[in-house]
Formats: sequence, structure tokens, C-alpha cells
Amino acid sequence: MGLLVEVVNEMVLYSLDFDVKARDFDSAGEVSSNLRSVLKQLSLNPDVVRRSCIACYEAEMNIIIHSYGGHMEIEIFGDKIRITAEDTGPGIEDIELAMKEGYSTAPEEIREMGFGAGMGLPNMKENSDFMDIKSSKNGTTVVMEILFK
Amino acid sequence: MSYFHSVTLDKDRCRGCTNCIKRCPTEAIRVRDGKAMIINERCIDCGECIRVCPYHAKLAVTDSLDTMKNFKYKIALPAPSLYGQFRDLTINQILSALLDIGFDEVFEVAYAAEIVSKFTREALAKGNLKKPVISSACPAVVRFVQIKFPSLIDNLLDICSPMDTAAILAKKEAIKKTGLKQEEIGVFFISPCAAKVTSVKNPIGIEKSKIDGVFSMKEIYGLIIEKAKTTVVRDLSKASMIGVGWANSGGEAFGTFTENSIYVDGIHNVGDVLEEIELGKLNDLDFFEGLACIGGCIGGPLAVENNFVAKNRIRKLTEKLPKREEPLFDEKEIDFGEVKWKKKIEKSEVMKLDKDISKALEMMKQIDTQYKALPGLDCGSCGSPTCRALAEDIMKGYATEYDCIFILKDKIKNLAQELNDLAGKIPPVLSEGKE
Repeated sequence: MGLLVEVVNEMVLYSLDFDVKARDFDSAGEVSSNLRSVLKQLSLNPDVVRRSCIACYEAEMNIIIHSYGGHMEIEIFGDKIRITAEDTGPGIEDIELAMKEGYSTAPEEIREMGFGAGMGLPNMKENSDFMDIKSSKNGTTVVMEILFK
Repeated sequence: MSYFHSVTLDKDRCRGCTNCIKRCPTEAIRVRDGKAMIINERCIDCGECIRVCPYHAKLAVTDSLDTMKNFKYKIALPAPSLYGQFRDLTINQILSALLDIGFDEVFEVAYAAEIVSKFTREALAKGNLKKPVISSACPAVVRFVQIKFPSLIDNLLDICSPMDTAAILAKKEAIKKTGLKQEEIGVFFISPCAAKVTSVKNPIGIEKSKIDGVFSMKEIYGLIIEKAKTTVVRDLSKASMIGVGWANSGGEAFGTFTENSIYVDGIHNVGDVLEEIELGKLNDLDFFEGLACIGGCIGGPLAVENNFVAKNRIRKLTEKLPKREEPLFDEKEIDFGEVKWKKKIEKSEVMKLDKDISKALEMMKQIDTQYKALPGLDCGSCGSPTCRALAEDIMKGYATEYDCIFILKDKIKNLAQELNDLAGKIPPVLSEGKE
């Protein structure tokens, strides 16, 4: 029985996907807003909803600010949410440095808009239970999971 | 569980138009069988529908003035916003007129607001609350948080509103002064809104409210004007600028003395900012004052005067009031423990599709499929506020896809086409010899 439960839990029950355009500040937050309205209809711990939305929002903003455009996929399992953010772009040169609070490579004009405070990746890390970043000169893929504890 | 609501529908007046369904912040209204219908569990009593209804079919149920007769000693608790309703009455004239209406005493809610401001400053200084601290003075906003932003429940300021604080103080004082029993003293709030009525019947953070009745400002308004003509003006006003300032949006935030505070009015605007707070974008903020009505309490659906006019009047009135920072009250009158919430605020489950996550997601897929088949115009003609809401209603069995006039029109068009085609097909036995 235990095994069966595990298999069931690994099944994607619901998924959402979105294209995210570079520098499209007009639609910034739309992905997380959509995710929020889906999650609000499930019987989840409010904290899981909040953390998922924050992680999703920061990933979305990173694509908008730093990449040439990308794609986000949200998969909901029986026991967790997985957020995958994939972009084409310059990639992250030094991931360890980028994970430091306050470190930012965002250009001046974006900081003037109130973004790029260097909290994106640290926030994503803090609000997810699992996070993996793969980055090259061609782009970045971030996978985050939030468990329904 | 049946849940009392102040906001109700007058069926005879309702024409079944779609104005209210489009404005409701929790999508709590549908038009069915030609009449609006409020989904009780979702309604937060913000009063948007009362304001927007062109036929005045949405009402706020308040207590009848006759309730006063059940008590030996009657105390009026005027909301600060009452002071902004009259063209040329001073605060003392308004309070004196209230006594002439039949109250034995008036206790200004604005005075209690000053005390709440003081306790709020103390609570903020202690720093035990989750930041930003969200004001709990507007009951519609508290319900809104319960339904739509449950992760922010812990940010709510866990102190009684000025109305409930005033009731505690007024009753205590009156018992001392008159020697009467608690049940013999009636405390009546004069309210600018429906949400306060509901919050007395379904208290927030406390077991039972000390308020014995809530009267509509609209109902009292005429009586005050009439009595003010002849009243002997007594010196009853004791609230300061900070207390009366609560009538306008920003008044409460001002009373916290923190620079890092913002105030937002209008329930839809409040929702936008709560969303930002939930995303952690406003973590550096100390205090958030959100009020359901534009302009704050002076914009309440039971207020009489135009809210912008009233706002300016409050501003002018407060200029003449004492500018003290600390309330006048005697520390022995009330302590922090008395106004602190005793009951945990629960999250609301009314937006949930099903307790079981996989079942809920299965339903979500059905809604998505249904939604894609709808035109996406969000016109409201089906009686549901948006195409998405109609898709959900269809899935739940509360509506059918032919409630959508565009789908119905298409169906009729296809049917007509088919009829036309069929009409041209004359059976061979009939066509013979017809010439």
C-alpha cells in the first residue's frame, strides 16, 4: 500500500504553464496571481499558498529582469507543488554569489523601478523546500518544490 | 452554519440587473430567476452592492430604535464619522441632540479610538506582532483577510475596535455611576456601515460584543437635525484630534505615530495591497490600515453626506480639537488585557472546491475545460460575475452552459440553419405530381 501511495503522489494532478516575456513589467506578477487563484481553491495550509506565490513571483521577476524570455510550468502533485522556470539568456555567472542577499546584477534603470534588490534568489530559496538551479551562458533553469506539510 | 448578515436583498426592488455581481469583491452574488442572490458564507458586508445598486434593492439590516425600550439606561455610541454628516452642527450640538432623542448618555467612539491608538502604539513597540501589522478596525477587511488572505491572519492587530472598546468603557462607567446591572444598561452604536452590524452579531476576536444594538446613521440623521434646532448645547465633546481623525482613512495610521505606515481605502484597492503584502513585497512596512469604503468610515453605505464633503468637514472639525498625543483616560478605567482579542481568528474555507486535493484539482480541470468553451467576455448576462465563475457554477450544477447568451445564440443559429436545411428536403413521395 505504501508504495501505491507514493506512486499516486508522484502523479501530476494539475498543471499550468505560461510564457514570460523579457522586460514585460506590465504583466509582472500574472503567473503568481494565477497560481494564487488556483491554490486558494484547494484545502491547503495558507502558509504553503503564501510561500508558493512568493517563490513563483520571484522566479517570474527574474525572467522578466534578467533573461531574453522564458517559460514557467507549475505542476501540482498530491503532496507538493513544483515550479519550473526556464529561460534563455546570459545565465548566472556565479550562482553562489547570486544567492547572497543584496547581491544584484540588475541594471540601474530596473533598480530605479524598485526591482532588482538582490532578494530574488534568496527569497526563492527561503520559501521553497527544495531548489535546484542550472545555469549556462545560454540560459537558466530553476526548479523549486514546496511540500504540503 | 447559518451566518447572520446585515447586507440583504429586497426582492421586490431587485430587477435582476448585473451591477452588483460585477462589483462584489468576493464574487458572492449571482442573479438567478431574475433576482440577485447573496451567497451568505462569502459575503463580507463591505456594502459595495448597496452603493452600486441603482434600484436600492440592497439593504443593510440594522436594529430598530425600539430596541432602546428594553433598557433602563441607554447610551449612544456615535461613530466618529457621524460628526462629518451635518452642514453646520458642532460636535457638542450633535451630542446634545442625541441626548434629546432619548439617550441618557453619549459616549464618543472617537474617545475610545484614542485609547485604541495608544494600545496600538504599545503593541507595535513591543514588536511581537507579525509585520506589517494589519488594522482590524474595519470588520469587512478582517472578513476579507479570512476568506482571501488567510496567510495574513497572524498580521491582524489583535485589539478590539474603537466601537467594542467604547462599549466596554461605557458600560463599566455606567454601572459605577447608576448602580444598575449590566443587563439594564443598553449600549447603542450609531453606525456608518453594515459590516459593524454583522460584527456585533458575529464578533471578531471576542466571544460576545458588549453592544446591545446598532442603529443606522441614516435613521438617526433626521432626528439629530430636528432636535439640534432646539437643543440646549452641553459640553460633551472630549475626544481629541486623533480620535475624531479615525473617521477618515489615514486617521488610524496617523495615530500609530509610525512613519512606516500606509492607508488604503476601497475594498478592491485593499485587496491589491494585501496581495503585495502576501508576496512579501511590503515587509519593511510597520502598519497597514485598510478600509473597505472609499474615504474610510465617512464613506460608509449608511452615511448620509457625500464622502468627499464629509472628509473635508472632519478635517475642519479636528483642527479645532485638542492635539494631545496621549488619551485623557485614567489608566484604571481600562487595561490592555480587556481589549486584547481572546479568540483566534479562523481562516474561512468558502473558496475551496473540495477538502480532498486531488478531487479539487479534478474539478479545476473540468472548470478549465468549461471556461475555454465560454466567450471570455465577463459580461455577467448569465448572472455569474465572470466567465470563470460561470464555469465553476456549471461544474457545481448551479448553472448550465445555455445560461451564456452567446452559447445559446449559437445554438439557436445552428438549430435554425438545420430547420432551414430540413425544410428544403421534400420527401420523394410528396414531390411526385406536385407540379
